[in-house]
Amino acid sequence: MSPLLTWALLFALGCLTLSATFALVRMIIGPRAEDRVLAFDCLYLNSMLVIVTLGLLYRSSSYFEAALLIAMFGFVGSSAMAKFLLRGEIIE
Amino acid sequence: MNPPSPAWVDALIAIFVVAGAVTALIGSFGLLRGKTFFQRVHPPSLVATGGTWGLTLATMIQSSLVTSRPYLHAILIPLFIALTAPITTVFLTRAALFRARRRGEPDIPSPPLSGDPRAAPGDRAAGASGGTPASSA
Repeated sequence: MSPLLTWALLFALGCLTLSATFALVRMIIGPRAEDRVLAFDCLYLNSMLVIVTLGLLYRSSSYFEAALLIAMFGFVGSSAMAKFLLRGEIIE
Repeated sequence: MNPPSPAWVDALIAIFVVAGAVTALIGSFGLLRGKTFFQRVHPPSLVATGGTWGLTLATMIQSSLVTSRPYLHAILIPLFIALTAPITTVFLTRAALFRARRRGEPDIPSPPLSGDPRAAPGDRAAGASGGTPASSA
């Protein structure tokens, strides 16, 4: 792996960490519950992107399944919480 | 074990990676910076589209190079995200609109003036009585 790609991947990891920190700050200061659910969804996406970047850095293609699973769990979690905010119950 | 990848392939992967990560950073910064919830809903879709597509295209290029045959499974991630992210956003925006109307906030987005015939009467009823959608739950 060339140094250019290594530095690009490290830069990307830094950007994604900063981005996850922004989502975490919004989750902490978010004035209402829906802001927190939105920040949770964004945090899930950012951590999935961090895992994809680590798979690029280690040149391993098995990180892909972990990223797909995280995307799936993030969707289930945040849509269940949005349903809960809308209805007050999840399973109707 | 593998021949070293050509320099232009590494440069292409680096461009995709940096573009995806910077797009994700811009999206999350918009999430932090928006003033109301309805402004903050929009920027995270940058993470879901630009960031995911950039990093996944880079993964596809690199994995095809490492295994020296086309590796296209990684495209499942952006396809899945493209299917599911709007569902979450619509649920969340509906919940936020409903809760803002129940609280009686003045500056919520107005319903569309024309077009969807279901939207206007239900929205007026929800705004007036405060909670018609909850009665069906």
